Amino acid sequence: MTSTGSGFFGRLSWDAFPVSGLIENPSANEIVANAAAAIVVIGVIVVVGLLTCFRLWGPLWRDWLTSVDHKKIGIMYIVFAIVMLARGVLEGVAMRAQQAAGPGDGFLEAEHFAELFSTHGTIMIFFVAVPFVFGVANFLIPLMIGARDVAFPRMNQIGLGLTVSAGMMLMVSLVVGEFSTGGWTAYPPFTGAAFNPGVGPDYWIWAIVVSGVGTTLTGINFAVTIYKLRAPGMKFMRLPMYCWTIISSSILIIFAMPPLGVAALLLAADRYLDFHFFTNDLGGNMMNYANLFWLFGHPEVYLLVLPAYGVYSEIFATFSAKRLYGYNSLVIATMCIAVLSFTVWLHHFFTMGQSALINAVFGIATMLIAIPTGVKVYDWMATLYRGRIRFSVPMLYSLSFLMLFVIGGLSGVILANPTVDYQVHNTLFLVAHFHNVLLPGVLFGMLAAYNYWFPKAFGFRLNEFWGRVSVLCWTVGFLLTFMPLYFVGLMGMPRRSFSYSDPSFQPFMVVAIIGALIITCGLFSVLIQLWVSIRDRDKSRVPVGDPWDGRTLEWSIPSPPPPYNFAVIPQVGDRDDFAAAKRRGVAYPTPDAYEDIDVPRNTGIGFILCVLSGIWMFALVWWIWWLVIFTTILMILALIVWSFDTNNEITIPAEEVRKDHEAWLGLVHSTVAVDRDHEVVSENKGLARPDMEAAV
Amino acid sequence: MRRAPPQSYPGINLGQDHASADKFAEVVTFGFWVFLMSDLVYFGLMFAIYITMIDAQAGGPGPHDLFDLKSIFAQTIILLTSSLTVGLAMLALKYNLPRVRIVFWFGVTLILGLTFLVLEIRDFMAMADKGGVPQRSGFLSAYYGLVPLHGLHVAAGCLWLIVLGIQLRIMGLTDLLMSRVVRLALFWHFLDLIWIGIITIVYFGGLSYG
Repeated sequence: MTSTGSGFFGRLSWDAFPVSGLIENPSANEIVANAAAAIVVIGVIVVVGLLTCFRLWGPLWRDWLTSVDHKKIGIMYIVFAIVMLARGVLEGVAMRAQQAAGPGDGFLEAEHFAELFSTHGTIMIFFVAVPFVFGVANFLIPLMIGARDVAFPRMNQIGLGLTVSAGMMLMVSLVVGEFSTGGWTAYPPFTGAAFNPGVGPDYWIWAIVVSGVGTTLTGINFAVTIYKLRAPGMKFMRLPMYCWTIISSSILIIFAMPPLGVAALLLAADRYLDFHFFTNDLGGNMMNYANLFWLFGHPEVYLLVLPAYGVYSEIFATFSAKRLYGYNSLVIATMCIAVLSFTVWLHHFFTMGQSALINAVFGIATMLIAIPTGVKVYDWMATLYRGRIRFSVPMLYSLSFLMLFVIGGLSGVILANPTVDYQVHNTLFLVAHFHNVLLPGVLFGMLAAYNYWFPKAFGFRLNEFWGRVSVLCWTVGFLLTFMPLYFVGLMGMPRRSFSYSDPSFQPFMVVAIIGALIITCGLFSVLIQLWVSIRDRDKSRVPVGDPWDGRTLEWSIPSPPPPYNFAVIPQVGDRDDFAAAKRRGVAYPTPDAYEDIDVPRNTGIGFILCVLSGIWMFALVWWIWWLVIFTTILMILALIVWSFDTNNEITIPAEEVRKDHEAWLGLVHSTVAVDRDHEVVSENKGLARPDMEAAV
Repeated sequence: MRRAPPQSYPGINLGQDHASADKFAEVVTFGFWVFLMSDLVYFGLMFAIYITMIDAQAGGPGPHDLFDLKSIFAQTIILLTSSLTVGLAMLALKYNLPRVRIVFWFGVTLILGLTFLVLEIRDFMAMADKGGVPQRSGFLSAYYGLVPLHGLHVAAGCLWLIVLGIQLRIMGLTDLLMSRVVRLALFWHFLDLIWIGIITIVYFGGLSYG
């Protein structure tokens, strides 16, 4: 077992485990590192123990891990995102604490701090935002377009498997070895072999490559689903706004993930095979990396935020009891943003040596994005105008977004000016800006979606009180954490600094850590809300399926929906078809006939590839070459063997569909409808009395 | 004049004789086109990297020292012919010729593909003898990042030909397998398209620039 990687375990040795550092050199830094590792290990043991104790391995395998039902895959994505969110938030708190400790060295070592901001960024983008967005989209897309599943249900499962195994690599890096210190962007030559020979950048590279493959598969899947599987009559301009944003996101994924894959793989070639793409010597050129990375990186932020815009569009319409204002302009604005997002990547490195002319072109292109975004904000406000607004939890998140996001957007316009950017680049001003768009933009949107569609997924509403507490905590916590960073940024405090010497920064940092703790409370209130809601679920069941007087097709089916979603594929005649049906009194029709429904059969391929790709990544990171070859062959073989299995559908007989659907229709007719004033009390069984249409 | 029947997807369609397979293939083939579009971006970026690094020879061997156009010509003829043969397999499927015809044309395509790979690897070895290894310079890194990536795609295509040929023998022409033939044909034509880019930009471009 030598560090040259010639042994059976490659370069893996005892020194790779953080506990070795604790034994040799006990310090606050080592204790924090070991506590983090211990949380991972204990977490795994507790989960395994609970599953064994309650004999849940069988159900877990049969109902979830092998399921190809898009709804279950969506829910698994969201569970994964929330687990990773917990880690990401705690890392943020640790960084705030380090800087709040004041001038001097704090309690973390520089390397450890660098690992923290690297994992925090990588996790929050790739393993919180992406899976959360994908989870919600997976759950919703077929329901909204009137389809029985996504276009490629098995590929969908593989995408989930690859995303999860890549995320697990970040967890493993806490326990074995260390993660990259190169930030979430991993710029070479710092992350090249010359300056960083350890395993850190390798963990980053392979997690990014594998999750990138999963993301691409999912993007293709969503695009094809929306293009090809819409219910009859669901023309493009009748699609719910959310589906439009997912089309745009999918297009961004299809074209923007390859640059990231190329950047990471070329960096790997430099590190593993001694190539010279980005090295300092023999003709390497790191600017190629910066261009490749941001050619991905900028579309990435729009592929995350556009689906959140879609969520807000649905929520504003539903909770204002109005049609979405300016649907056509929102569609056009969404597509404009998708196109423009490919034209602005250079604003991430204005200071890296281009001519003033090029900077000016990209600066102007960046400012142009504010126009379609502004159109959206005004459309949302016009939707609220004269609506019968209910301040329920999803609406509160959305309103909080509307106000905070405008601030973040405007600070973006400031940064888009290259001359200003020269002053504030690489300061905490930038950190404040992108958190200001990503938290209220993406995360609030996903939490709003979680609150809004939870009753659809599980058949009961989430607790309203704890939901409000979490909105309050997230909003106040966000303001206290990130507003001070604008100020210290303008005062010149660099980002990513583990220590500073100017004592005037400290008061702002103390406010920021208080904010970070309130955000942590927000995270915990989300978890408490879930716990309380499950405990009290009998009081909040909504089996009829329409607790919010919803407007789109997903509310026209039972909660939770049957495996085949729609007993009869709906015939769509209007935008917001379900709202129109309720207005005309023709919702919940009794079908003339039922037919047999084919649904995809469960398969283990996603799980198998998840495990194999995990081992493959680990072996690559630690140079265990025999294992790399072995798992590569196994993965190819698994795919080939699997391609011989063509018996991949099961048929649900028409009689069974009829029985279930008629039972549900009976429930619909026997349930008392509630009006909007009573939607958060237990009388709300999911049948809405559309009493507010007069407000249109 | 007779109007052409509507196509479910771009390229050679399975047509009226295979109505249920054509319907099935509509969604998956569209999805495969989208995948190819994404894959094309990979190659596009590698071309861009190659162009930006053509000067980054760092005193090492350049295009004139390394490229052997005779071998490239042979590879081009072989790969273009293989595109013809995979097209003949596709036509055999469309016009309901015996299944053995499809498998036969698959076999010919496979042999051509493997010959191409042998010639390409021989080229790489000849280049390495002249000091043209990827570790030598940024230019050579860019070359070896792009051309073997295409070779890897050809190898994957060969593996796919073998697996699909066996599946056709075992399972017969099911809807699923017919759609796989359509997709494999698309993939193979895609490889040819990339190769046209490679001879134009990497070889001709490299030689005329350097």
